[in-house]
Amino acid sequence: MNIVVCVKHVPDATADRRFESDNTVDRVGVDGLLSELDEYAVEQALQLKEKSEDPASTTVTALCVGPEKAVDAVRKALQMGCDQGIHVSDEAVAGSDYIATSLVLAKAVEKAGEETPVDLVMCGMASTDASGSVVPAMLAERMGLPQVTLASVVETQGDQVRVKRDGDTSTEVIGATMPLVLSVTDQTGEARYPSFKGIMAAKKKPMQTWSLADIGVDPSLVGLSVAWSEVDETTERPPRSQGEIVKDEDGSGAPALAGFLASKKFI
Amino acid sequence: MSEVLVLVDHVEGAVRKPTYELLAIAKRLGEPSAVFIGPADKAQEATEKLTAYGAEKIYVVDDSEIRGYLVAPKAETLQQLVQQASPAAVLIPSTSEGKEIGARLAIKTESGLITDAVDVQSDGGVPVTTQSVFAGSWTTRSKVTQGTPIITVKPNSAEPEQTAGAGAVENFAPTISDAAKLAKVVASQPRQASGRPELTEAAIVVSGGRGTGGDFAPIEGLADALGAAVGASRAAVDSGWMPHSFQVGQTGKTVSPQLYVANGISGAIQHRAGMQTSKTIIAVNKDEEAPIFELVDFGVVGDLHAILPAATEEITKRKG
Ligand SMILES: Cc1cc2nc3c(=O)[nH]c(=O)nc-3n(C[C@H](O)[C@H](O)[C@H](O)COP(=O)(O)OP(=O)(O)OC[C@H]3O[C@@H](n4cnc5c(N)ncnc54)[C@H](O)[C@@H]3O)c2cc1C
Ligand SMILES: Nc1ncnc2c1ncn2[C@@H]1O[C@H](COP(=O)(O)O)[C@@H](O)[C@H]1O
Repeated sequence: MNIVVCVKHVPDATADRRFESDNTVDRVGVDGLLSELDEYAVEQALQLKEKSEDPASTTVTALCVGPEKAVDAVRKALQMGCDQGIHVSDEAVAGSDYIATSLVLAKAVEKAGEETPVDLVMCGMASTDASGSVVPAMLAERMGLPQVTLASVVETQGDQVRVKRDGDTSTEVIGATMPLVLSVTDQTGEARYPSFKGIMAAKKKPMQTWSLADIGVDPSLVGLSVAWSEVDETTERPPRSQGEIVKDEDGSGAPALAGFLASKKFI
Repeated sequence: MSEVLVLVDHVEGAVRKPTYELLAIAKRLGEPSAVFIGPADKAQEATEKLTAYGAEKIYVVDDSEIRGYLVAPKAETLQQLVQQASPAAVLIPSTSEGKEIGARLAIKTESGLITDAVDVQSDGGVPVTTQSVFAGSWTTRSKVTQGTPIITVKPNSAEPEQTAGAGAVENFAPTISDAAKLAKVVASQPRQASGRPELTEAAIVVSGGRGTGGDFAPIEGLADALGAAVGASRAAVDSGWMPHSFQVGQTGKTVSPQLYVANGISGAIQHRAGMQTSKTIIAVNKDEEAPIFELVDFGVVGDLHAILPAATEEITKRKG
């Protein structure tokens, strides 16, 4: 099996994330890391490999589109156990919207499958910065592949994929045949930490850096200036000011709470 | 005036409230045209409601051939409607399905996509959206600059308006490719309705976390006294105390109710991401250092197992 996992490098959600003056996400001033939600995709890809009859014949490739620093996301994926990495890095990509990002990813997956066709393109459920949850669907659309998204349980048998998905109104089982695009949720189970051995081994794993020219994407189709949507204004929300905090002493908490609710006309 | 397409979110013909909100938004931009993709025998029930909430036109698409094939056929349907109607915008409820339909439609029609808008206003007919990003700590304003603006809109982003439209029904039969039928629902188990308001639509949400110790009775009791929906932190969901559909946060639902009551929830950034924009926030937590208290309008430091039942009783008494 040939699996490509799309991993995004994002600003740390626990840091003070912010925008640049051109209203793009600040990817330099804030520490970045492999999007936590993509770790689940890496984990599921590695499990599919480990569970397959002949693990050695399955290749898991981590693919990231992003600036120079974004290579760290690929490295982390290699440390976790992916076999090889691809980093698409090109100045022209900066400020791309979902549309352009999905174009670059689709073309990179295409190139990655030139020798051995890609069976599974795996994604996280959402990037933790943009959190659109749209890139997997766009990839499927661009590549003409079936999409099976937001899986909480993934099973494969030969080229058949079955996933469980928890919807709003029902729990569903979805089936499709490879090749396909698959995204997984954080319900799939904890992602592994890189072991010391994994960290050492990662240094020797094949790693490629591709430019737009390498994957045959016209640079004039990507980047901030040609995005099909634009952000005109970004404003930081004033932090919420802390209201009244009372201690529950001898049952004083409940009437205080009811009193507050009444004062706000909730009762 | 141009049409504005609104994709109807419904469960077996029962239209969900966010659709009415989208019809109200569509009116700001042009003439609302609802797109109902569903069982033909449920269409009448839906069209009556959609008309009452301002739909000028309703495209009825019988889904008997495409049911169970997820989002791809719906995106193809919308693409064909966009071609026919040249709408000023396409508005889609910001559910996970809605976002994926929007994503595919954007590629198909070479149009810009904006997801998770919490407001849409008209700037001379051009939709200008507001989004809440980075766990609700920033607000952005955006617009689409190419093609037909495709915008997915979060629940509670507008007040539904009960002003009847013309409601002209037009049956529409899309051509669906075989390629759109490659992924399919092979089994489905409907979730039991709780009888409580829908989490993302509710005016009040009462949530419980690890601090409940697995006993959600005090949470449910308070929720029912307030007519609220019940929510949960991921810790509570991961412990198996509540189904995932109750989870509030980055990887669960985003809620923006009038009142959010967090009980036994510490207030991790991923939880905040789903509730930070609530109008009023209350927390009950026995640890006065819990980060959730940084956000609250009112907080009680103490044991939820003692405070909530007593508060519920007090509320019921006050309500008479
Ligand atoms: C990628 C990712 C995505 C995530 N997505 C989400 C998400 O969508 N939603 C989400 O909620 N979390 C999410 N999390 C998890 C999040 O980081 C926290 O771990 C989680 O929110 C903690 O839940 P909690 O507050 O219930 O538990 P804890 O952090 O353990 O807090 C429990 C609180 O209960 C209090 N308490 C204990 N007993 C009592 C009592 N008797 N009375 C009153 N208070 C009591 C304690 O003081 C404590 O503050 C995500 C994490 C990651 C890494
Ligand atoms: N720049 C990127 N590089 C690699 N993968 C990405 C990138 N952007 C998005 N993805 C993938 O698409 C998923 C959904 O992203 P999004 O639609 O931005 O929420 C992520 O979880 C990743 O798997």
